[in-house]
Amino acid sequence: MNSVFSNKKAIAIFVLPTLLIFCTIVLVPIFVSSYYSLLDWNGVGKGAFIGLDNYKEMFTDTRALNSIKNSMLFAAASIFIQLPLSLVLALILASTIKGEGFYRTVYFIPVLISTVVIAQLWSKIYNADYGLLNWLLESIGLSNLAQDWLGQKDTALVASFIPTLWQYVGYHMLLMYAGAKSISQDIFEAAKIDGASRIRTAFSITIPLMRPILKVCLVFSVIGAFKVFDLIYVLTGGGPLFTTEVPSTLMYTTIFDTYRYGYGSAISVFIILECLVFTVIINKFFKTE
Amino acid sequence: MSTAKGLLQKRPNYIGKILLQGFLIIVTIIQIYPLIWLAFFSLKDNSEIFSGDVVGLPKKFLWSNYAKALSDGHVLTYFSNSVLVTAATILLVLILASMTGYAISRMNWKLSNLTMTLILLGMMVPIHAALLPLFMVLKNLHLLNTYWSLIIPYVAFGIPLAVFILSSFFKGVPRELEESAVMDGCGIYRTFFSIMLPLVSPAIATVAIFTFLSCWNELMFATTFINNESYQTLTVGMMSMVGTYITQWGIIGAGLMIATIPTIIIYLLLNKQVQKSMIAGAVKG
Repeated sequence: MNSVFSNKKAIAIFVLPTLLIFCTIVLVPIFVSSYYSLLDWNGVGKGAFIGLDNYKEMFTDTRALNSIKNSMLFAAASIFIQLPLSLVLALILASTIKGEGFYRTVYFIPVLISTVVIAQLWSKIYNADYGLLNWLLESIGLSNLAQDWLGQKDTALVASFIPTLWQYVGYHMLLMYAGAKSISQDIFEAAKIDGASRIRTAFSITIPLMRPILKVCLVFSVIGAFKVFDLIYVLTGGGPLFTTEVPSTLMYTTIFDTYRYGYGSAISVFIILECLVFTVIINKFFKTE
Repeated sequence: MSTAKGLLQKRPNYIGKILLQGFLIIVTIIQIYPLIWLAFFSLKDNSEIFSGDVVGLPKKFLWSNYAKALSDGHVLTYFSNSVLVTAATILLVLILASMTGYAISRMNWKLSNLTMTLILLGMMVPIHAALLPLFMVLKNLHLLNTYWSLIIPYVAFGIPLAVFILSSFFKGVPRELEESAVMDGCGIYRTFFSIMLPLVSPAIATVAIFTFLSCWNELMFATTFINNESYQTLTVGMMSMVGTYITQWGIIGAGLMIATIPTIIIYLLLNKQVQKSMIAGAVKG
């Protein structure tokens, strides 16, 4: 019996192909990127080793700092706008309301659609001349507010946050809904008998018991904001005048438009570290409190 | 008396319910109307879109927009490329991850825990980190502008979550089933393929759905590793199509719809399973 389950040849056949492709494509490139980030290199020939100069440049260059600031604002927007909305929706749907399954199914649809499609769709919504948003404003008599949302420096950043917030509200809603549903019904029965109102029950029982899933949502939205690429790349390309640039689009243009491979790699390493650090911080925060 | 009191208590509850339903319906409109609007303008021509009727139903359903997008806009090519790359990725991920998940959770070897930890670490790695090194390697191997330049990285980045989900399912299968198979003379391969694999089919569905969504919608690798139009997948193809038909909203809309329809069909058929997959994919965190 045991010999069958410790058949060395079978284990090798089962595991080695996976490990080989996983290590060469996922793990090794991190080290390669870290090495590239120490070079002044345009991809041709050998790069010159310049130590941490790329990182120093990143923390003094206003364009890079602005992109980091944008991703932080993005994270803040999803924490303070998107997650509360998702939580409200999840709590309403979890409280066995009519049409629960329908709403849950519909709210989740945007999550599944390619971000490229979402970005193209929103660029049409924001279109200055024929867009849905300006049409809406004009039809409710606010035509003075109608404008070129993505073309102007003071509206472009907020306008480029909204599609992502819109797209993933349903995702966090679903996770929180699953979290709320997994709480034992007995507790709610007891609360009802004690005369607790729905809102009281939500704040004193449901939300505290949802902490594990709230942590997951928080991690996802923060990391998602730091990694965001597709939407900005398609919607604004970082423009106008770098106002909507985020680290990943900056990394992309640095590497593939200006051929600064070393500096671009430094930005990519920064993105990984940023994600790691914030995951650890959020986990710590949820542990101590 | 008691009924009157009951009514008094019920009334605010009733109003509250209507308000809640109203709120949920408004959110429904916000979440879904943009997509309906897309479907509408994909069937309109420019004169109708630009004449001020941006929101309504198309006067005449202009299916020719779809035909134009498919042929002149090359959406058919992008679509087939996406199908091919996605199908190959799903198949390879399932084969590799189920074998590895099984070996890790059910077979006896010293390094199984270490292997699992290593693979789980991979779930934290953003693809950004691999972009340039992979680009250099693929370039040197002359694999840029081939399907493999997408399939291999997609498989590699799909493996961690797939192994995680599959191995936790294998763990839940009772030992006796496996042992009686071996007693009956099944070798390890037969036990795995004919006995164990069918038992974890829910996990296989979960992994397949998850992998489908991430491949079908991926942009960063696809735009970097492929610039030859005949190998481009939908996400990249959409961008070049929009560039070609800048002002022809109808055709652009049709292309976007074609890219989206398979996902919507899968979702409408399997929405419970899809929702479960997305929850399973998150709980890793």
